[in-house]
Amino acid sequence: MTMATFEKIASLNLHKRPGFLVGAFILTMSALLALFPGFFAPFDPNAFNYSALKQPPSADHWFGTDNLGRDTFSRVIWAYSINMQMAIVATVFAMLIGVIVGALVGYYGGIADAIFGRCVDAIITFPFLVLVIAVVAVLGPGLTNMYIAITLVGWVYYARLMRAEIMGQMANEYATAGKVIGCSDMRIIFRHLLPNAITPVLTYWMTDMALAILLGSSLGYLGLGAQPPTAEWGVLIAEGRNFITTAWWLSLMPGIAIVLTGLGFSLVGDSVADLMRPRG
Amino acid sequence: MSPITYFFSRLLQIIPTFLIVMVIIFLLVRALPGDPAIAMADAKATAEQLEQIRQRLGLNEPLWVQFLYFVRNVFTGNLGDSILLKAPVIQVILERLPASGFLALYAVSFSLLIAGPLAFVAALNRNGWLDITVRAVFQIGLSTPVFYIGLLLLTFLAAQLRWFPVGGYGTTFWEHMYHLLLPALTVALYTSAIIMRNLRSSIIEVVDAEYVQFARAKGLPEHLVLGRHVLRNALISTVTLLGLSIGNLMSGTLVTETVFAVPGVGRLMLDAIFARDYPLIQGLTLMFTILVSMIFLLTDMIHAWLDPRMRVK
Repeated sequence: MTMATFEKIASLNLHKRPGFLVGAFILTMSALLALFPGFFAPFDPNAFNYSALKQPPSADHWFGTDNLGRDTFSRVIWAYSINMQMAIVATVFAMLIGVIVGALVGYYGGIADAIFGRCVDAIITFPFLVLVIAVVAVLGPGLTNMYIAITLVGWVYYARLMRAEIMGQMANEYATAGKVIGCSDMRIIFRHLLPNAITPVLTYWMTDMALAILLGSSLGYLGLGAQPPTAEWGVLIAEGRNFITTAWWLSLMPGIAIVLTGLGFSLVGDSVADLMRPRG
Repeated sequence: MSPITYFFSRLLQIIPTFLIVMVIIFLLVRALPGDPAIAMADAKATAEQLEQIRQRLGLNEPLWVQFLYFVRNVFTGNLGDSILLKAPVIQVILERLPASGFLALYAVSFSLLIAGPLAFVAALNRNGWLDITVRAVFQIGLSTPVFYIGLLLLTFLAAQLRWFPVGGYGTTFWEHMYHLLLPALTVALYTSAIIMRNLRSSIIEVVDAEYVQFARAKGLPEHLVLGRHVLRNALISTVTLLGLSIGNLMSGTLVTETVFAVPGVGRLMLDAIFARDYPLIQGLTLMFTILVSMIFLLTDMIHAWLDPRMRVK
């Protein structure tokens, strides 16, 4: 981000927006839980306790215990590490690839751009989840393969956005000026155009992180993402599903964490998107 | 451009896209680690049997020849046999499609019933308490995974209160309506959140537009302004939105079908994945993409029909 972007953000009085404040608070707390789960979790997330099986929520076990006596609250807290990691890992590589491809294609245009356009059309014809699931099916279930699958599909959306932005920026005089004074193509693309074109991509990134958590936990629930006994929200909900009539808390409690975190990302993302939108 | 020429020009645009789609699906299954013949044969197959399968599937041919075979098979509807269900893939898919189609249409109707009126109310009371409440509720809806919404409904309305069955599909139309009510509601709560958000902003845009102000200025009663000008435009954006969120809708039904044990194509896809039934995975992926491109095409056609400006271009 450039200095101008920072000044723009500072002049917008983010602290006067309740949505942003709530979202930022949720994200800060989530980040703390993700970084220091051991500090916040009262129990070992994987310790069996046969004297406390399937106990409903109580003062000792806030979210109850599961069929092996594991403390659900501690497992939900430990899952923050995995699920917050999803928001980052599942999106960052897609963004990097997308930004580079989109910038190059947007700058050079021509045949590369035409081929790129067709490929984008093809990939967005697949329902996102179906394509990700198909790729996971080929690679095999698991967290790493899930990241690879999401990246393989997700970069397209960044590239499409970046391409359009770069093409828009190229119409400006400073781009021509760079060329005239003899800057290399790479310098013009990555030092001149990119800093001016990156804002919408970063805005989309915020929403994408929220989607990554929803997608990651859905795949975990379906048995295609993180694998049991890993404490991950989707996995926890799937494990509790068998006891839904006798121990509802097992499935319902982890969901609260998903909703809260998703809300945090989308509140912050929406405020940022709102602010970045050119006004006038 | 006449509607018919427009239709054919759009159809022509689909062809290269669809070719790339087929390349992706073809490579996806070819990228499998190991020998597809081993994956398709049972564990006790001898070397000769494996060789036979390779011959039959054309696995000894160069990759591009294999691709041509694949394209021919797709166009003749010969997608191979499902390993899991021991029946032709195309037949298995067609058997499962009605349940998913029913669910999808049911969910779309619900989404429109929920999102339409609420978007109108929210847009016309912009920044009022009603608008803020509606938006807050839908914001939470957007942050809730579909499977979790489904599980909540399943737990409280089906398992605890026993108002609804916990799964299945039934045999008659009314049984379908009853069995799929909660699944449809699950999908709709998510898709309506997307539709309501976009619809609200497009209504706000229209309400402020000059031609609507002009309609008011010339003395048209407010209900006619809304009915004739605002509603018509809102309809256009709703159609486009519905078309564009078809991918979301399919992803939603896929997950919901597994939560509620609905015998549809989404659930079939997951069963196929866990059984490593690659012909079936390939066939289903293909079917999903064909459906999406058909819907995209249909959306464009309806859009052109509703919006006179499109016809001039």
